[in-house]
Amino acid sequence: MIFKGKAYTFGSDVDTDAIIPARYLSTSDPDVLKLHCMEDADPEFPNKVKPGDIIVAGKNFGCGSSREHAPIAIKAAGVGCVIASSFARIFFRNSFNMGLPIFESDEASGAIRGGDMVEVDADSGVIRNLTTGARFQAKPIPSFMQELIADGGLMEHIRKRGSI
Amino acid sequence: MGMTIAEKILAAHTQTAGFQPGDIIKVDVDVALANDITAPIAIQEFRKSGQARIAHPDRVVFVLDHFTPTKDIASANQCKYVRDFALEQEMEHFFDGGEAGVEHALLPEKGLVLPGDLVIGADSHTCTYGALGAFATGVGSTDLAAAMVTGQAWMKVPSTRKFVFKGVLGPWVGGKDLILYLIGKIGVDGALYRVMEMEGPAISALPLSDRLSMSNMAIEAGGKAGIIAADAKTLDYVKPRATRPYTVYQSDPDAVYESVTTFDCTDIEPQVAFPHLPENARPVSQAGDVRLDQVVIGSCTNGRIEDLQVAARIIRGQKVAKGLRCLILPATPSVFRQASREGLIDIFLDAGAIVGPPTCGPCLGGHMGILAKGEKGLATTNRNFVGRMGDPASEVYLCGPAVAAASAVTGRISAPQEVVK
Ligand code: SF4
Repeated sequence: MIFKGKAYTFGSDVDTDAIIPARYLSTSDPDVLKLHCMEDADPEFPNKVKPGDIIVAGKNFGCGSSREHAPIAIKAAGVGCVIASSFARIFFRNSFNMGLPIFESDEASGAIRGGDMVEVDADSGVIRNLTTGARFQAKPIPSFMQELIADGGLMEHIRKRGSI
Repeated sequence: MGMTIAEKILAAHTQTAGFQPGDIIKVDVDVALANDITAPIAIQEFRKSGQARIAHPDRVVFVLDHFTPTKDIASANQCKYVRDFALEQEMEHFFDGGEAGVEHALLPEKGLVLPGDLVIGADSHTCTYGALGAFATGVGSTDLAAAMVTGQAWMKVPSTRKFVFKGVLGPWVGGKDLILYLIGKIGVDGALYRVMEMEGPAISALPLSDRLSMSNMAIEAGGKAGIIAADAKTLDYVKPRATRPYTVYQSDPDAVYESVTTFDCTDIEPQVAFPHLPENARPVSQAGDVRLDQVVIGSCTNGRIEDLQVAARIIRGQKVAKGLRCLILPATPSVFRQASREGLIDIFLDAGAIVGPPTCGPCLGGHMGILAKGEKGLATTNRNFVGRMGDPASEVYLCGPAVAAASAVTGRISAPQEVVK
């Protein structure tokens, strides 16, 4: 699977309150959540982002709460995938459980600028900056997590295989 | 080869033999927890599975604590959805209304989490139960739904970092100060994906309540779990509450740690974490002149009876500073009852504080004490991210109950010694 889109860059330690503030958590409706995606980090983000665009962030992306509203909001906003130096662990597992593709690459995170066109090959983990021509290799995704993404998330995986 | 507590608990809950850090294993779950924010998604996912009944209803716990008493129509609908499901499934461990308290204070109190348990919770502060010698970690709602369907979860086996706390604690220094100090040293991703094991004479000297505040904030260093081995104090607490068998594990002397870090606590002062990350911890003497609009004492970190007792010792006979709101939220109904019986509630009310019902409320900027633009709040909670307690242009500072109480009296961030001579 290939993801291609414009990069929106964020710093390190982007927390789940920045991704989707708690004041909107009295709903889990993706169509409502997407209107506030990344609002406390960049109030204009929900208006600017186009389907397929890519979030690029520093270390510890998604730290804070366990809310799945965070990957839900990002997916619903149309973001194709997220690249970061590292992910906070609950955000990491939520993303695989829900089928939001995420890629860890310190080099890509440091070298991609806001507005660059970026392409990610999910199978090989190769990230290309189409604007500058640079090429990066994301950390390999463990085979169990590849299964989760291929099955369309954890619950689909259980439905298909009868157990985790 | 020796094993850590975390490895022993994982081994006791999986069929996979000889696993290594980084491996992915399936584990049997003793307790699966969700709240009014995370349960609705878990229930929707459970419904989609087509399974009629929860696999092990006695192992699933729902607590309506975040936006309760419900703050608006949307949260009322959300709570109703969870309540209807819990009643339909005849869930024994469903806490609502006057039985509800902040989940991570409530579960230990009810004896629902025991040493040696494997606990997952659709709430990041599930790591609190590490202080009981359990392996407890936060997950997402989908993980919870999977546990409701299968009784199992997947885990990436973590490595463990050990933190040893030596020395004797100074006056008014508690578990919250130690964990803020630790996070200040290692940063908000200092233990990313790792188990933090905490031990040493300073930890042994702490009451269980303070250990629970420490494990509670393991996630604030990125940790997967924050484990403190159960000792006599833990068992004194657990024994009268337990209604099923449990196992106390100790790490082997030759267990393998990724790192071991030792702190001398003797000179550690009460700490304050500045906006907007818990790692911005400083000794209270270096806080400078920070004028406050609100002080909150409560939450799963510091809303236990011991915390209220510390706050009352400082506030007794004093007045809350003019222009400042001081909110005190006992974390559970039984904390509230005990505080009332001990006269603490009167002390707080006499001082001009607001005493509210057990709820998360302001901790996550939900309701009951939201900060306006430009306001500064000091709280015994665990997160001070941008917008956490209200307007994105407000500020949250974190501390333990002693500094919070003293600051409520002076109107600015203050050491307890300023108020209690
Ligand atoms: S008190 Fe705060 S941190 Fe604890 S469970 Fe409630 S919202 Fe979360």
